[in-house]
Amino acid sequence: MPMTLFFALLSVLMALLSAVSSLAYSRLALVEYLLNRIFAFDSSRLAKVALFLEPDYYARAMRILPFCLLGVSGTLAVLTGLLQLLGADSAAMILPFGLPGLSWHVRIDALSGFFFLVLGMPLIAVSLFGPGYVREFEHKKSLEVLGFFTGLFVAGMEMVLLADDTFFFMIAWELMSVASYFLVAFQHEQPESRRAAFLYLLMAEIGALCIILGFGVLVTFAEGFSFGHIRGVALTPLWASVAFALGLAGFGMKAGLIPLHAWLPEAHPAAPSHISALMSGVMLKIAVYGFIRYCFDLLPQVFWQWGVAVIAAGAVSAVLGILYALQQQQLKRLLAYSSVENIGIIFLSIGLALVFFSTGQSQSGALALLAALLHSFNHAQFKTLLFLGAGAILHQTHETSLEKMGGLIRRMPKTAALFLAGTLSIASLPPLNGFVSEWLTFQAALQANQLQSGVLRSFVPTAAAMLALTGALSAACFVKVYGIAFLGLPRSPHIAHARELTDRGMLAGLALPAALCIVVGIFPVPLIDGLRRVIENLTGAVLANISATGWLWLTPAGAETASYSPGLVLAAFLAAGALGYVLLYRIRAVESRRAEPWDCGYGGLNAGMQYTSGAFSMPIRRIFDPVYDLRETLNQETGDSAGWRVTAIRYQFQADDKFVRFLYTPIGRSVTQSAHRLGRIQTGSIRTYLAYSFATLLFLLWVVS
Amino acid sequence: MAWLMAIGQPLLFILIAPLLTGWIKFVKCRLQNRKAPSLLQPYRDLRKLWVKEAILPETASWIFSAAPVIVFAAMLLAAAIVPLVAVNLPTARIADVFVMVGFFALARTFLVLAGMDIGTAFGGMGASREMTISSMAEPAMLMVVFTLAMSAQTTNLSLAMQYVLDSGLVLRPSFVFALAALMLVAIAETGRIPIDNPATHLELTMIHEAMILEYSGRYLALMEWASQIKLMLYGVLIANMFFPWHIATDFSLEALAEGLLAIVLKLAALSVLLAFSETLLAKMRIFRVQEFLSFAYLLSVLGMLSHIILEVYYG
Repeated sequence: MPMTLFFALLSVLMALLSAVSSLAYSRLALVEYLLNRIFAFDSSRLAKVALFLEPDYYARAMRILPFCLLGVSGTLAVLTGLLQLLGADSAAMILPFGLPGLSWHVRIDALSGFFFLVLGMPLIAVSLFGPGYVREFEHKKSLEVLGFFTGLFVAGMEMVLLADDTFFFMIAWELMSVASYFLVAFQHEQPESRRAAFLYLLMAEIGALCIILGFGVLVTFAEGFSFGHIRGVALTPLWASVAFALGLAGFGMKAGLIPLHAWLPEAHPAAPSHISALMSGVMLKIAVYGFIRYCFDLLPQVFWQWGVAVIAAGAVSAVLGILYALQQQQLKRLLAYSSVENIGIIFLSIGLALVFFSTGQSQSGALALLAALLHSFNHAQFKTLLFLGAGAILHQTHETSLEKMGGLIRRMPKTAALFLAGTLSIASLPPLNGFVSEWLTFQAALQANQLQSGVLRSFVPTAAAMLALTGALSAACFVKVYGIAFLGLPRSPHIAHARELTDRGMLAGLALPAALCIVVGIFPVPLIDGLRRVIENLTGAVLANISATGWLWLTPAGAETASYSPGLVLAAFLAAGALGYVLLYRIRAVESRRAEPWDCGYGGLNAGMQYTSGAFSMPIRRIFDPVYDLRETLNQETGDSAGWRVTAIRYQFQADDKFVRFLYTPIGRSVTQSAHRLGRIQTGSIRTYLAYSFATLLFLLWVVS
Repeated sequence: MAWLMAIGQPLLFILIAPLLTGWIKFVKCRLQNRKAPSLLQPYRDLRKLWVKEAILPETASWIFSAAPVIVFAAMLLAAAIVPLVAVNLPTARIADVFVMVGFFALARTFLVLAGMDIGTAFGGMGASREMTISSMAEPAMLMVVFTLAMSAQTTNLSLAMQYVLDSGLVLRPSFVFALAALMLVAIAETGRIPIDNPATHLELTMIHEAMILEYSGRYLALMEWASQIKLMLYGVLIANMFFPWHIATDFSLEALAEGLLAIVLKLAALSVLLAFSETLLAKMRIFRVQEFLSFAYLLSVLGMLSHIILEVYYG
């Protein structure tokens, strides 16, 4: 068996083992019995076993063990990915499971290898962060359930990447969806968690249904269920478009494209933070993987109309996603909406790639696809970091609302520094990684000049205009998050007494993605070289230019057209910063002293004088008013009878998604109504049912004869 | 020689920027029938701030003291990639025009974070307004850049200017739109009337001043200097992107002298224009700013579309 496939399968196995091992958490007696039976004949070892079986020690070990196994699984996934990116051949195998005659086909190639890398890095971070984080649940909730479904969830995602036939793909896909349903429902004593989990399950299943139907179309015309058979399928444009539309709906629903996103901002915040990190950082990328595999590998040809549809969906998701994110007051909910935005950016790039490939511009198409893949990787890093950061705040202060936070940089300096790296990356500022993928997307959009159709030529830059707006708004959004949560004065007592994380593992879990954000931002070329291989493998297009000038330079379409060298930018930045530092502190330095800030003469600055999160984004709420479902209440108490002197004022607002009110609620209502109508035929009387059976029988006889 | 220029030009930016501010103030005063301060007044102000004791607020974290350095460095980097007196700038290869927009965003981010760090009402107010304005100005800026890059087939600023220079005086509708949009963006981003008033400390109208209210001494000097460099950068962008004539194309002494003279005259002329508009217009209400900026955004998108529709001939 080739090395990469071996590692990948081992990685799945480790995730499953992690699931099984967490079942042992509260089964001390059983484990004791088993171990005693095993070691009964060797009394010298028994002492060690007895030590292990001390209840406290056992509980601690069993809390950590599943995460260790997940970490091993993540490391193996990273290894698989790296080997594939470095040029390992693709490898396939048939596993002796599944239905008779329909064994599970597994295959690993450069594309799935890359997504193993995307999956592995956050998984390692989560496995470092997890043991400290779940301690909170230790006495309140069942860690077995959490660990078991986490393991299954990860295994499901890895199996999706490995699947090479439609059956196995769907089994893995459902495993991923259902296992994550239990994770979303983990805090089921809260009604909103139950509601979120139900909505999530419902939409995941509708999405899965779309994918099954899409596969159904392909399989009907192909000779078998395996992807190998499907690759060669010949489809009429109409059937190909039907299959594409089903795929876009199915994968788009999992990825959270607007308007199929309603589950996402509910489900991600409901899960424990390390699971949110996995769902947002990794699971959405699995959907992206599915879509890329489906469009570029399985479907026989692509049409530019598809590209236009995907670009439109992506652009709408990006702009609306970030506009909704800006108005959220719950940190994790905000991050979830920002995932919608980032998925939008990824789909926008994929759409660009579809347009370029369908019009024969394979170089530009490859560039756009590269941007999409790189942004998937980057988003996995910084979103993991931000969700884990939100988890760290939650763990230390039990607070999720931005309106209550403030000044955490003084209480939790290390967390604050690491979170800053994530903030700057997601706001796509140079020289961090988010900027590199945004830059590449712009460069891809600039290639629109090569398109022949005038409509497309003006459509693509308009999409770039939307992307520019998204970028600027996301900077505003995350500056707000950082400024409100970490800077200023604490807005509530428990935030004022927050303590820094003491668990080294949790800090390491934050530090790993932060380091990757910085390293990939500064030296993106090695990763991009690997991605070139992925794209060549997938589409046959060779991106010759992109790193032609050397490992320091990005030159997507030739050095004359555009070039960016993040490494040199950093060097120059350090030099300029050193100049600023010398000017500030070295040349005939004057003493500085600390004093109270200006409080407008009211006597003492207090936290209530600061802008709140809602106030910060108020101008944007006014400007983009039509996209929000805005509910505001303003209560004023007046001190005198004439009502001139206001003594107390209370303002509340809720800026919700318009889609929930104008799309989902009506659908839900009409489903309930039609169910009621259907219910009328259920009379409960046996005679009526016999009549129904008789009528059906007659009808069938008529059909058959 | 080229690299010498690459280091020399940002230094020139640092040195000239206060003079430009002084000149704008001078013209404005004369237009308003006031006695003008000396052209060198901004330098004196900087020196004064330099020798004064700096007072840091008690609530300030490291972000507050690091921000001036980062803002200044980001402006310096942006200055290093914008050709001032000569094209053929080797540094323009390291970072293209999108990265320049990124540097502006980086500087703005830290400025805003510093404003929110203290926990005063003004800091948050300025921060919120700055981010709102920039979230509409930055896309317009990017679209202007897009138009230019599509015409010149490059995002390298030096090569793009070279392209405009080589193609001579051609009236392109796209450039007219883009120029108008960039001027509006420049006014918004550098905090001039009618968006913001750099001369006021009136509590409810400040944007930029509100964020740096707590700075003093050298920290304030560095912040002020950075914003002067930013003003000059926008001026140079407008001048050299749309009217690059007489910029030096080789590094001979005459060419450089000509380039320097040309840019000084262009900036002086632009400043007069700015002073005129600042004298004639009144500051806008904050919720009128969005109309101003969406107009800029619209103009920039129109510029890009008119380039695609009118100016691209396909095979």
